[in-house]
Amino acid sequence: MKPFPLFILMGLALVAVGMFQSWNVALAIVNLSLISAIMALGVNIQWGYAGIFNVGIMGFAALGGVAAVLFSMPPVGEAWRAGGTGIALAGLALGATIFVVAMLVRHLSGTRRRVAVTLAIIAGYAVTRMAYDPAVDAIESVDPAATGYLGGLGLPIVLGWAAGGVLAAGVAWVVGKISLGLRSDYLAIATLGISEILLAVIKNEDWLTRGVKNVTGLPRPVPYEVELQETQWFADLALRLGQDPGALSGIFVKLLYAGLFLVVLIVLYWLSERALRSPWGRMMRAIRDNRDAAEAMGKDVTARHLQVFVLGSAVVGIAGAMLVTLDGQFTPTSYQPLRYTFLIWVMVIVGGSGNNTGSVLGAFVIWFLWVQAEPAGLWLMSIVTDRLPDDSAIAGHLLEAAPHLRLFLMGLILLIVLRFSPRGLVPERRARAG
Amino acid sequence: MTDILNAFVLFANFVFVPGLAYGAQLALGALGITLIYAVLRFSNFAHGDTMAFGAMCVILITWGMQAMGISAGPLPTALLALPFGILGAVALCLVFDRTVYRFYREQRAVPVVFVIASVGVMFMTNGLTRLIIGPDDQRFADGERFIITARDFKEMTGLAEGLAFRTTQAITIVVAVIVVIALFRFLNHSRMGKAMRAYSDNEDLALLSGINPDRVVLYTWIIAGALATIAGTLYGLDKSFKPFTYFQLLLPIFASAIVGGIGNPVGAIAGGFIIAFSEVTVTYAYKKFVSYFGWETDGLLQLLSTDYKFAVSFVILVLVLLIRPTGLFRGKVI
Repeated sequence: MKPFPLFILMGLALVAVGMFQSWNVALAIVNLSLISAIMALGVNIQWGYAGIFNVGIMGFAALGGVAAVLFSMPPVGEAWRAGGTGIALAGLALGATIFVVAMLVRHLSGTRRRVAVTLAIIAGYAVTRMAYDPAVDAIESVDPAATGYLGGLGLPIVLGWAAGGVLAAGVAWVVGKISLGLRSDYLAIATLGISEILLAVIKNEDWLTRGVKNVTGLPRPVPYEVELQETQWFADLALRLGQDPGALSGIFVKLLYAGLFLVVLIVLYWLSERALRSPWGRMMRAIRDNRDAAEAMGKDVTARHLQVFVLGSAVVGIAGAMLVTLDGQFTPTSYQPLRYTFLIWVMVIVGGSGNNTGSVLGAFVIWFLWVQAEPAGLWLMSIVTDRLPDDSAIAGHLLEAAPHLRLFLMGLILLIVLRFSPRGLVPERRARAG
Repeated sequence: MTDILNAFVLFANFVFVPGLAYGAQLALGALGITLIYAVLRFSNFAHGDTMAFGAMCVILITWGMQAMGISAGPLPTALLALPFGILGAVALCLVFDRTVYRFYREQRAVPVVFVIASVGVMFMTNGLTRLIIGPDDQRFADGERFIITARDFKEMTGLAEGLAFRTTQAITIVVAVIVVIALFRFLNHSRMGKAMRAYSDNEDLALLSGINPDRVVLYTWIIAGALATIAGTLYGLDKSFKPFTYFQLLLPIFASAIVGGIGNPVGAIAGGFIIAFSEVTVTYAYKKFVSYFGWETDGLLQLLSTDYKFAVSFVILVLVLLIRPTGLFRGKVI
């Protein structure tokens, strides 16, 4: 199917939501669809270009969020004075341990290597903990209700989006080094595990991210609604449009966000398309379709896989940073693999693996359905329970359970697309033979 | 002498017994994963949610039985409900096999397609479970809670430390032993078990010798569904039932199966215990334990906080994959 009519249909559906529900809801869907589209682009770069089965998306999205926090929040001077040196020392000790272990691995062999490495790790661990524990206690006891962490750099949050990409790319490099040699099933399990570990670290290292205490009040790249309502030109605009300034300011802010996100999406989409059509893109597809043949042609498969893994993860990291910007807060407990890993996968598969346009469309369609499944489920349940008496326990339970229909629906959509249209809504463009 | 005994009782109470029960639960889960891998040749991401679904069936029937006044005396009623729960989970597995997996089997699709399909099945099963029983914690254990309480133990032995032994832990271990013995007798001695092993070893050769692949697949799903339900119910009895925790169990279960050697049932059991004991020993605070040896410290002597227990199973997984990718007991490597 041509993608253009599908996008028109999608736009009409959003307009319908705006007219019949509210423009606020419609724009909220658009904003999260734009972010999801960027995540889907990242997954498509890994899966569609190179066939890497990464189910650790959630971890990289969360890392992007961490980067946005560390970039934009004001630094907490007192915490730095209390524990900054300790943390630096612990980092130094950790680095030294890694260096020593690497040296030992390189220069020794056999039993001596095993013993020396074990001893070095134990000693390094003990020294690191000695510097780390008191520093963490000191930092976390600095006004724990408000801060209790080191804070960030206090720079504009939009730059933090790039930082999100860089942080995710750095971690992806390490992860890729360890796990990319594995075949697809094992790689999936390994990345699933890594994302859980990343989340565990983020939830527990309070000195860095405030953990489950959440970071709220992130600086915004757009004005606050209240400030907007107080300016003269906005009041004039509201008057001219005949709208209530309160409601209009909410829509206006969402539109500003949508504009920012759209710019990022367009840039990343353009870059991805350029990459896909370049010789590099052809090489990646060659590796994906026949790894052995590509290797025989002299392509360094491992290095290319690592490269594409890092690039894709960076894109996911950027989207993760944008997500916390939109929310205005960083809540580690909100990261669930079903929502942040597998749902993105559904978007890519439904949209069409290997096709960037498809991924963007898939993100819009799936996010739209994900949001609208809840009211639709409630409506369905209310029809089912209509005949039951009002105080019936079953009716109450069904109405309460209605939101969970969306998980069922997503599974169903994935299975149906995978079976009847395995190449997705917008199939990958294949170069003509000859 | 008493000090050393105290230390060991403490260790048994907080590390050994819980580790044993957890290990048995992981082993049963890993057996299901490993069987599906051996016969159907893909990693089933839906297994954790199958466990949740089976356990949910058991819970619903347990509640029904409790309402009717049926009980198993000192044992939890859930044991009586278990066979019915197994029927539910097996039915679910077979429906998904008919509607989803069989198509790809006939197409001879690559494993990763099966994995993606299993992600779809995972979503649907997860949604079903939450739709029917809700996302919250459910408690369904009844009967005697303890075989020996910590206080009884202290009175019996006169030690300062108590060793509590919960009924659910005992049941977990006993049921796991029975299930494993039955499974191995089936795999090694019955006609169908031998056919399954032959099919797993070499599909084409097995087909040539007249083994009916549909029956092999059918039995695999029946056994996998049964194992998932038993593992899920035992875990729910021992800890508590919450759909989301079953999804999270997927990682340690996969780790167990791979560490032991995926496709190898003995390996799955060994892997389950290795993962369980590593998780428990690494996240246990040894402060009190060493105090019995005359070493008083301010620190907790905890290697990693309990929230990092997933990291433990994962690190073991990665080490095994890097050093010995076939697993400890030579599983399949395709």
